Parts: sequence; structure tokens; C-alpha cells
Amino acid sequence: MSQSTGRVLGVNGNMVSVIVEGDVALNEVGYITVDSDGEEKRLKSEVIRVRGDRAEVQVFEMTRGIGVDDRVEFTGELLAVELGPGLLGRVYDGLQNPLPELAAQCGFFLDRGVYLNALDRKQTWAFAPKVAVGETVERADTLGIVPEGIFEHRIMVPFNRYGSYTVRQIAAAGEYTVDHEIARLADKDGNEIGVTMMFEWPVKRAVDCYAERLKPEDPMVTKVRIIDTFFPVALGGTYCIPGPFGAGKTVLQQITSRNAEVDIVIVAACGERAGEVVETLREFPELTDPRTGRTLMERTVIICNTSSMPVAAREASVYTAVTIAEYYRQMGLNVLLLADSTSRWAQAMREMSGRLEEIPGEEAFPAYLESVIAGFYERAGVVRLRDGGNGSVTIGGTVSPAGGNFEEPVTQATLKVVGAFHGLSRERSDARRYPSIHPLESWSKYRGPIDRGMVEYARDALHRGNEVGQMMKVVGEEGTSLDDYLWYLKSEFTDAVYLQQNAFDAVDAAVDTERQRFAFAMLFTLLTRRLSFAAKEEARSWFAELRQRFIDFNGAKWQGDEFNRLHKEIVSTIEARTAGTEENAEQLVGERG
Amino acid sequence: MRKVYSRIEAIAGNVITVTADDVRYGHLATVTTRYGKSLAEVIRLDGKRVSLQVFAGGRGISTGDEVVFLGHPMQVSFSDNLLGRIFDGRGTPRDAGPPLEDNLIEIGGPSVNPAMRIIPRNMIRTGIPMIDVFNSLVESQKLPIFSVSGEPYNELLSRIAMQAEVDMIILGGMGLKYDDYLYFREVLEEGGAMSRTVFFVHTASDPVVECLLVPDISLAVAEKFALGGKRVLVLLTDMTNFADSMKEIAITMEQVPSNRGYPGDLYSQLASRYEKAVDFEGAGSITILGVTTMPGDDVTHPVPDNTGYITEGQYYLRNGRIEPFGSLSRLKQLVNDKTRDDHRAVMDGMITLYANYRESVEKRSMGFRMSEWDTKLLKYGALFESEMMDLSVNIPLEQALDRGWSILAECFAPAESGLRTELINRFWPSGGSVAPSGSDEGTA
Repeated sequence: MSQSTGRVLGVNGNMVSVIVEGDVALNEVGYITVDSDGEEKRLKSEVIRVRGDRAEVQVFEMTRGIGVDDRVEFTGELLAVELGPGLLGRVYDGLQNPLPELAAQCGFFLDRGVYLNALDRKQTWAFAPKVAVGETVERADTLGIVPEGIFEHRIMVPFNRYGSYTVRQIAAAGEYTVDHEIARLADKDGNEIGVTMMFEWPVKRAVDCYAERLKPEDPMVTKVRIIDTFFPVALGGTYCIPGPFGAGKTVLQQITSRNAEVDIVIVAACGERAGEVVETLREFPELTDPRTGRTLMERTVIICNTSSMPVAAREASVYTAVTIAEYYRQMGLNVLLLADSTSRWAQAMREMSGRLEEIPGEEAFPAYLESVIAGFYERAGVVRLRDGGNGSVTIGGTVSPAGGNFEEPVTQATLKVVGAFHGLSRERSDARRYPSIHPLESWSKYRGPIDRGMVEYARDALHRGNEVGQMMKVVGEEGTSLDDYLWYLKSEFTDAVYLQQNAFDAVDAAVDTERQRFAFAMLFTLLTRRLSFAAKEEARSWFAELRQRFIDFNGAKWQGDEFNRLHKEIVSTIEARTAGTEENAEQLVGERG
Repeated sequence: MRKVYSRIEAIAGNVITVTADDVRYGHLATVTTRYGKSLAEVIRLDGKRVSLQVFAGGRGISTGDEVVFLGHPMQVSFSDNLLGRIFDGRGTPRDAGPPLEDNLIEIGGPSVNPAMRIIPRNMIRTGIPMIDVFNSLVESQKLPIFSVSGEPYNELLSRIAMQAEVDMIILGGMGLKYDDYLYFREVLEEGGAMSRTVFFVHTASDPVVECLLVPDISLAVAEKFALGGKRVLVLLTDMTNFADSMKEIAITMEQVPSNRGYPGDLYSQLASRYEKAVDFEGAGSITILGVTTMPGDDVTHPVPDNTGYITEGQYYLRNGRIEPFGSLSRLKQLVNDKTRDDHRAVMDGMITLYANYRESVEKRSMGFRMSEWDTKLLKYGALFESEMMDLSVNIPLEQALDRGWSILAECFAPAESGLRTELINRFWPSGGSVAPSGSDEGTA
């Protein structure tokens, strides 16, 4: 594509109108040259509308100082990210500028117009070829591998090389930098192209180099009990976490980013507080990943475009994140993308739409909000690669609904396209019941590791207990029957020992599937038993004592002495009170013999 | 010689439009009217048509008035001479002192690189137990006080300005009642705190555009002082007026409104101000305490709602007291383990008991019989409210913790306090006996 130029015609916030000489593409990147304190700065921007020879671009920087007739240079390329070894452990802004390197160059502040290479050009990688001269390859086929931390990083035929190629040359095993040519490929007409270990891919296009998409079946274990047991997420699935401010969305995301059983985690901090990213930034290099024994940072990429950073780059940041996720998926890895928060991303779209003077939809969000959100979440999925292996991208996005009201457009548009809904409740977070996922309103369409019938039974118990609790507020404890009261106690018990989880307890913070099965079986036994009590007071103190033991049990090391002792005590305490099986549970318990 | 434009094509509200060459976005101009000179800022360029918002407002501007572009964005003078001075939103003196024009700095500068931020670690003591003990203010934190009109939030701010252990205070007033402005000045002058304070005050009768400048000018000055090693506390009151000014300009500019007339970028606008709160490694810090009045006491109103998503917690000021429920300092865990061993336990324990007290009050109001335990709680609640929550209480943290123990001792047996035995043995005021058994609830 030829490279056009243009001149600035007008400025309105972060939107600039440009008169273009030559051709220009939608989403093409251009640089506006601006004189800033005697220094010439080139401000990156993206074409978002074309009308005749007039283009509107959104500028990824502060637009102060831009004047009419300033020169604009278009690159002929769409907004793209660099893909290659060396992404893991890095911290980028929404346009893939490495932030620590930027800090080394510019100091405390994010100076505008400074763009650095996303991948280190000096670092060398131990390349091992996997193809021989003469073999035929297609895009995304593996040419060789380099070790990147604990992973085998595949060096692939660039995704934008359509058609089939014959390998003419391939580099011998050895240390190379990312921009060193490691192969020469010839297309069917004999034209040769050189391939390095890195290439670019436009962020707003989904990577589609796979054999087929599969249905998400296997659970993605988060080690959060209420999620894995009650509202599971599948590898390659999507879920959303809407919640009012202060309900613990970000904390839940942080916990997931630490404990989730996936290969790689991409954290997209999109328009949220910088302070929260700092916690991840400073703590991850110190924390050990129990699966690999290396630091968590080695499996993490942080894309960080916090609330005070330029809005247009915020819009780009989720795409940057998902493109990197898709790249690692192509290596047969399971990748989890955590986006916090998608509402800020939607608001960035709203700001731009307003500047473009588009006809607004609900709450001034653009009419295409739903399709854009759907398009983003649809980039998740499990795929079968052409080499037969599977890779997946799982997307979990938080939503920050205005006023905590889930009826607002972003929450509603998100709910249509996700497979699980973890609604956070202010009520629960005020009562310090963490994680504050609402057990009655949330849902999941995925299958979890624990038997569905049993889980449904436990949810019914929660429903029933909640109803009794509501009723008790009106008629008082005196007006409630003992039988109803026991259901209330059972549901409160379930909440206290299973739904709530202590993120500060070394053991309770992350509970694997095996332990969840074990603990849930104990809980299930209690829920299905008909218990005999003479009076409510007796029942209450019995439950209070049992709860204390169960919480201690939750904090005891798996299959340690303490664990075994408490387990025995809890089981025998329940047995001693048992007077039969609850009617509605007979079938379930019977089945399990 | 700068070019003079003497043809104003449109005047709408505070926004004027002229046709001009070689103008840059965000730069300033002066508009000379028969009522005097005013600054104006370029807020839209469309070919040669330049829209400017006039700081002094559009009233009285004539189509024949003169506009001269200055070729630079909004600036403010920065030096130690600012201390003890009072300015308006444009940075011109409100007091009798001389105007300051040396060492000009730009306002509304770039954001801090997240990679350069550090995890906050220092507490700011205020002498107010509801803050120090229960929701400690942390250096580099941004916290709003959610309140409603009529509550003593400005009194609270002025007390914090007097007592907070920081190097300097910058007070940004937006839409302040003139009396409130005088009140702040009086309190700080009498308390002898003026010498470490800078005022940027926009009063309710000043032009609305100046209100928009107050947070930027306050924070730009704060940033420079912080880079110079000062620990700066910025007090902003009232951010709802700031948001309302933004709304006014947006509507004048015919922007599409999002929620209740506020512009779609309300969140980003508020965030770019609050996010200026920072701890510079090896230099000073900026801490922001703002006031956000909630119209109709509605926390879901766009201004408090968006604020809540940006800030690190909030204080609710209701009925003249900082509410223990709902109020939250999200960073308190980072500092309250380093103060005194009993800090966290007293914080949690007293709040749990106060919650129980509220339940007892509810039971009483519904006509239920009061048990012995309820009676104890009622006594405790009354003491807690008068000795701890009352805004006039002014004691350092350690004394407040001691007072907490003595309130507990006055109302309960040690085992009833729900605190760990080990702490009870160390801190329970003598005279109260420690029951040897059944008092380890706190370990749960």
C-alpha cells in the first residue's frame, strides 16, 4: 500500500480531522507531526472514519498544541502489535509500548510521542529448526522453536503470509535476535521472502490460523470454590464479572490471575486505577507459581492503560491483549485474558462516537456497542490447530455498571455473549462475605468438575434458606417453624464455610479441584441429612460450633493431621444428629449409593 | 507583534468563535472587552474557525472585541512564593499580594508512568479517630468524602488541613460559597497553618470556566512541590461543582450527553485529576482528599458513582459524623499493621460490636425485649458515638486506641469483646479481669 500524507484540518478533543492526499484505509495508523516546545513530536493516531478526502483520526496522545495545517504521515499499515519471543513478563501500555523501558528513558511521566520497540532487539534466543529445506509450509506452521521461560515458544510462519510456501533456507540451531532472518520461503511463483522470529498482526482482526473451533468442555480451574463448584468457567469460554464499585471485582481478578490453572495469563488493566496494577507489577515478580516453581511474572503479560492515560489507547488496549493471547494459543497453550474493566473500554468508544457526532444509542453509547462487545468476546475459544494440538483463549471481563445497575447497556450487551455470569453484590461485600459473587443471581452454562445434580441441590438449599431468611425478617424467629429454620441455618452454613473464602489464609486462598470435591462431599452430606433438634437455640449453637470447625478445616493443610482430625470430627458430629435423609434428596443420595 | 483579531463570529454561553490562522489546540488567547481583559482557551479547531472558552464568561462580549492568541497553553507560576497566598482559578491573586509571573509551568501535564509507581506505605495522621483508627488515610491515596449539602464537610476539611501530618496543603475550592471561603481562610490563619498552604479558590459567583481550572492548577503546583520532595495534601471541594461546570460547557458545545446531561467522558476527566495522586520514589508525594456532595443523597448519581470507581475508598459524612459502615480506606491494610499491635484488632472488634449495637437499636425500635447483652451494646454504642465518632474528638492514634480499650472495658467483660486473649492480656485496662477460658473467639 502506498504511503499517503495529509494536513490537519481541525481538532476536537482527541479527534483530529485530516485532509488526505492519496489513499487511506480505515484503522490505518498515521503520525501527526507537532511542534512541542521547539521539539518535533510525532503523535500516533488511527483512522476511524473516511469521508471523501477527509479522514477523522483518533489520537493516542494528548492533542494539545496541534494546529491546522500540521503534517500527517500515514503508514499504510493497520494498528498492529509485534509478536515474537520475549512478550512474557513484560509490561506494556495499550499500544504495546514497554512501560519500564519508557520510564528508563523519560522518567516519572509518560511523555508523548515516544514509541519504543515492543520486543527487545538485542536479546538473543536459542533457536532450534523444526523444518527442513524443501518442506511445504503454510501460515502459522512451526519453523522452529526457542525456549521462553518454561515454554517452548514456536517460531511460526507469519499469520499474514497467505498461501503455501516451500522452505528454501532455514537457519541452523543457534542464538539469534528476533529481527535476524531465520528462514527464506518461496511461494508457488518462486518469489522468496525472508522470515524473522517476529512479525506484526493487526490487533482488530482475529487470528484465524486453525483447523477448527471446538466447544469449550474442560473446566478452567480458578481455585475459587464458588466459581469452580457453582459457576464454573470452561477453558476457551467467556465470563463476566459485573459489580458496583467496592464490591471486589479487581481483587477477584487478581486472585484469578495468580491461581488459575492455565499456561499464560494476560492482564489487561483497561481504564482502571493505576495503584491496582502496581500491586500486580510489584508482587508478581516475587510470587512463585506453584505449578512451575518459577515466578508468576514469567507466565504473565500486563497490558496497562490506566484511567488517566489517553482514552484512544484504552480502546486499543483490549485488542492488543487479545491478539497476544491468540498468538500464544497458536502454540497449543491455554491462555487466560483478564480484562478490567470492559466498561471503561466501552466508555472510550462512547467518547469517540460522541466526537464523531454519531447518533447515540442508549445512555449515549454508540449503536454498534453490542456487536463490538460480541466481536471481542468471540475471540475466545478452544481451537484445534493444524498440527492436531489444542489451544485456548479464555476471556474474563469485569463490568463496572453505572450506579451498580445491571440493566445498563454494557452489562446487558455482555450478558448476551458470555457463558458465565459472576454478579457481585454490594450487599455481600458490605457484609464482608468475600468473594461477593451473588450465589442466587449468578449463572454458568459450562460444566464444572463437581457433579451437577449435587450442585443443583446445594443451590436449592441456598434458595430455600434465603426465602426463610426473608420471611423471618417479617415474622421474626418465633414465627418460623423449626424445619424452615434448619434450612435457613443450612444455607447460612453453606455460605460461611463454602461460598466464602479467605483470600488472606495461606491454605484457603486457593483450593484445588480435589479438595473442593472432598469438602463439597462433606457439605453435601450435611445438606441432605434430616437433623434432629429440640429447639432453635440448640440448632443454632450446634451449627455455630460446626461452622467453626469447618472453617478451621478449610485452613488445615491438605491431608495433614489437623485436616484428618477435623474431618473425622465434622463427619461424626453430623452423624450424631442425623435422623434420616431429606425427602428431596433421597433420589440423589440413592443414586450415589 | 501578535496579530489582533477583532471580529468575533459567534458567542454562545461562555464559548466564542473567531476565524484565525496558525492557532494551536489548547492554547490561550486574551479577549479584551469593555469590562476588562480575560483569558480564553482554544477548545476546538475546525479549519480556520477557532472556538474558545472565555474564562471570565461570555457576558458582555461584543462581536467587535479583540482577540489575541498568546501561543502557549495555560500556565501558572511556581515557586515557594506561592505559600501562604490565595489565588483564583486562573492563578491571579485574590489576596493583597503581588501577582506572580516567574517560572511558569504548564497545567494538566501527562500522566505518571504506572511502572514508576510504588506500593503506598506511609500513613497520614489526622487526629480524627474515625480516620486514623478505622480508615487510615495513606500517603498517595485519593479519597473522596461523600456527603450532602448542609453537612460539615468543609469544617472537616479545614480540621484535616490544620492537623494532617504533611509538609504542605493545597486547597482547591470549586463553587465555594463566599462565606465558606472566608471560613477556610480564617481557620487556617488563626491556626497558623497559612504559611504551609496555597489556596486556589473559585467561588460560586465566579465565572464557571474558572471552576474547571481549579483541580488542574492545584494539582500542577502540587506535582512540582512533590517532585521537589514535599509531601503534599490536596484538598478539593466540591468536585460535584467541577463536574457540573463540565456539564455546562459540554452542553454549550452541543456535545451528546450521556447520563443526566453529563458528558460521556466524565469518568476520564475525573480520573485524570484523581490519578495525579502519587508517591514519587525518592521524592515527595501527592495525596488527594476531595469532597463530593451527592445530589439527593444518591450514591448512584453519575458524579459520586464515577468517583467511587476511581478513588481508593470513600468516607461517608452523615449527620455530622464519619459513618463506620460504607466508609472504606482501601489502602489501610498497607499501613495499619505497622502502627501498634492492637490497631487492626481494635478496628475490627469495635466495628463488629457497633454493628451489633445497630441491630439492637433496630430491635428496640421494633418493640422487642432487650436482653442483658442488648443493654450492654446500647451502652457501648452511645459511648462509641460520643467518644469516638463525634467530629470534635481530636486525639492521636495511640490515645484513640487506648480510649477504645477503656470503652470496651467499661461496657463488657474481656471475653465478650471478641478480641484475642493475648491482646486482652496486654491492653485491657487494669481493673478488668481476664477470664482464662472461652475467650479465644478472636483467633477464628
